[in-house]
Amino acid sequence: MLDGAHGPAPQLAMSILVRMADVYGARELMDISQAHIDSTIYLGDATLEFAERLASLGARVAVPTSLNVSGVDECGWKDWAVSPEWAAKAARQMLAYERMGAVPTWTCAPYQTRMRPSFGQQIAWGESNAIAFANSVIGARTERYPDLLDICCAITGRVPAVGLHLEENRGGQLLLRLVGVPAALQRDDQFFAVLGHLVGTLADDLIPVIEGITVTPAEDHLKAFAAAAASSGRVALFHVIGVTPEAPTLDVAFRGGAPGRRLDITVADLRAARRELTTADGRDLDMVILGSPHFSLAEFRALAPLVAGRHAHPRVKFLVTSSRLMKEEADKAGVLAPAVAFGAQITLDTCILASPMLPPEIKTLMTNSAKYAYYAPSLLNTRVTFGSLADCVNSAAAGRVVRDESLWQTA
Amino acid sequence: MIAGRVVVAGQADGEALVTAEPLSFWGGYDFHTGEIIDRHHPLAGVHAAGRVLAVPFSKGSSTTTAVLLEAVRAGTAPAAILTTGVDPFFALASIVADVMYGKSFPVIALGPADFASLRTGERLSVGVDGRVQRG
Repeated sequence: MLDGAHGPAPQLAMSILVRMADVYGARELMDISQAHIDSTIYLGDATLEFAERLASLGARVAVPTSLNVSGVDECGWKDWAVSPEWAAKAARQMLAYERMGAVPTWTCAPYQTRMRPSFGQQIAWGESNAIAFANSVIGARTERYPDLLDICCAITGRVPAVGLHLEENRGGQLLLRLVGVPAALQRDDQFFAVLGHLVGTLADDLIPVIEGITVTPAEDHLKAFAAAAASSGRVALFHVIGVTPEAPTLDVAFRGGAPGRRLDITVADLRAARRELTTADGRDLDMVILGSPHFSLAEFRALAPLVAGRHAHPRVKFLVTSSRLMKEEADKAGVLAPAVAFGAQITLDTCILASPMLPPEIKTLMTNSAKYAYYAPSLLNTRVTFGSLADCVNSAAAGRVVRDESLWQTA
Repeated sequence: MIAGRVVVAGQADGEALVTAEPLSFWGGYDFHTGEIIDRHHPLAGVHAAGRVLAVPFSKGSSTTTAVLLEAVRAGTAPAAILTTGVDPFFALASIVADVMYGKSFPVIALGPADFASLRTGERLSVGVDGRVQRG
């Protein structure tokens, strides 16, 4: 490929890949059978020029490839503060990646689509939450691929044979033991997001192993954990004893070795981590935002009974970010209509962090997503209150922040 | 003088900006201005454009590389990045900037003790061989 025999696009992609293989210290490249492209996120002229350069050279993906969120909701952007210039350029970037033959999934939760990889599958995924989920919850194998490299891997079908692709590098390195954390708290729907936020800050560049989970987390709880840990930190693989597939026991999680480091996690640590996710100090509320990573069918199902027969306060926006596919499924299942009747707006294929949607008068947000809570203060210059899904709905209805603190105070 | 490992070779001079805290450029760096904007980061509000940025490693979003590529195009990128380990995200941004715009910035990995000896405000000169000179 490097000599151009396969055409100019594979040559360009391979030239970047080979230089990166040197950086990674890889002795060889290896095959992958799937990719997920985070480079879809439009930032400005450079990301667009990169995409259009590849597309104009005739680039085609060599393996089944899903696409992450884009920079614009093509159908809904006019309802928001997105400028026509931004919308046009973000749409051009979407088109460039579609032209390369990728599947237009437009979601940051590709593991909840038909493109979900399988245990042990070698893949090249971008998007920090998706990387952590694929490695940890599914047991697929991907390094932490950055934007611009993910598409080079997809075009060539190759990756440097290093890191988390190799079994010997997937063992735990840091033992995090929950001490005195009651099951009632573990069942709370904020728990895994809060724990993920804390684990991200504790893990540095180590692979954390969490011991002491006594409940069976739902897939969306593990999704929230992965997204939180990959935002506050750089976690690309974690093991939860008795929960994730490569960690049936402590011994297996550490591949027979001893943990290099150990830390205990107490209820007090979790309370402090939860407090960190709230940067707002009053009860003012302009908008409730759900869906980072993208809202799933199960999450729409959980939302429906909470909003049934109620209405959001006229002063408060209620936004759910998801993908066009998931919205369709929720609609078919009858769980979209109650949200819409409540006053929910649905933004598709992007999110408030990837598209400049929010008008400047929106200053205070509430969310159940640790990822939104982590990034919104910096990216959107807003203040955030973190709470449960029920807290978010109750607050939207009341027009001001209301949180049920009972469980977190008494635990 | 400090001898570092060349991750991406290049020559640069600038005022050092040093932090022990990892940084995500997405949500952490405004490529229109070169300002560090991560409210959780000790360097929040500081401008890094044209400076020799010493940060142990990148964290968070996969989009860090794309933000840095935009910064190179806009002329708001750091002059060089010094890290503790080899950080592929910073390296990739520099390599793609080279491919796309013929402009790259040096990325040098330092030993932990050398990294810890760096001070914000000192003049640093990064050589193509990975040597970092003071003054």
